Amino acid sequence: MENQQLNSGNPRVDIEYRRRKNAEEMRYQVVSFALMIFLTLIAFAAVYIKGFTAWFTVPFIILLAVVQVIFQLYYFMHMSHKGHEAPSLFLYSGVLVGAVTILAFSTIIWW
Amino acid sequence: MHADEKFTYETWPAAPEKSTLESKNKFLGFWFFLGGETVLFASLFATYIALKDKVPSTTHHLAKDLFELPLTFVATMLLLTSSLTSVYAMYHMKNFAFKKMMTWLGLTALLGLGFLGLEVYEFTNYVHEGHTFTSSAFGSAFYTLVGFHGGHVAFGLLWCFTLMFRNSKRGLDLYNAPKFYVFSLYWHFIDVVWVFIFTVVYLMGMVG
Repeated sequence: MENQQLNSGNPRVDIEYRRRKNAEEMRYQVVSFALMIFLTLIAFAAVYIKGFTAWFTVPFIILLAVVQVIFQLYYFMHMSHKGHEAPSLFLYSGVLVGAVTILAFSTIIWW
Repeated sequence: MHADEKFTYETWPAAPEKSTLESKNKFLGFWFFLGGETVLFASLFATYIALKDKVPSTTHHLAKDLFELPLTFVATMLLLTSSLTSVYAMYHMKNFAFKKMMTWLGLTALLGLGFLGLEVYEFTNYVHEGHTFTSSAFGSAFYTLVGFHGGHVAFGLLWCFTLMFRNSKRGLDLYNAPKFYVFSLYWHFIDVVWVFIFTVVYLMGMVG
């Protein structure tokens, strides 16, 4: 039994504890969802209000996208939980290769 | 704990997605797949960035003539919300509430279906305006990137419906809990890719 260490000897107490913990995590999830929606609204507004130059808007909306994706990965996909060392290695290896590819295609390749 | 053990609300483990050897392997293997998917989509993004607005003549549409922000905004909201509903599904999975989990999964699929419908409508409009897969390098890069994402959504929908149909009478156990969990990871990853698509393709396309 893997959840043995959680047991206090009284199953009813453990269930209550886990249920509260799940509910608490769900609240964090809803908060991160609200933040993600907020970031999306700012990104769309920054483009919709045509007052800014591209030199400001482009890095700004990319930053918003990166922040939003971090929320998605660490809260919705639980990467903030224990036991996600291998997933982090896999994902960041992919990000590294991907970033180098995008850098190459957008700088030293022309058509 | 083994896969076909019967559980109750009290005996259901705290981490049902990682309680058997098979599910631990599934979890690891799926994240490895997501690492590969990251590289796949990054190379499609790289191609799109290099070929954006590369058209053979001035009669062809450029990104800023084609895209419409309201449509992209609605599609974004649908997909983002479907990410939250699948979080709710996993919340109920952890609490051994099978029916509630199925309801939220169904809602997730419905929102995904709405997103896909909007994408089909959008692509149809572009084709009528002369922006097709073969009309320009820009067109090829655009449809490959956005279409690959749409294809992932379509596959995710089939996956979700299959899971729901196959397990409709089984209830929750350690055999299918990791399957639902891995699907929700996939669905979130689709949303991650879309965040970059609406930013890099649509919003940056409007900026010029």
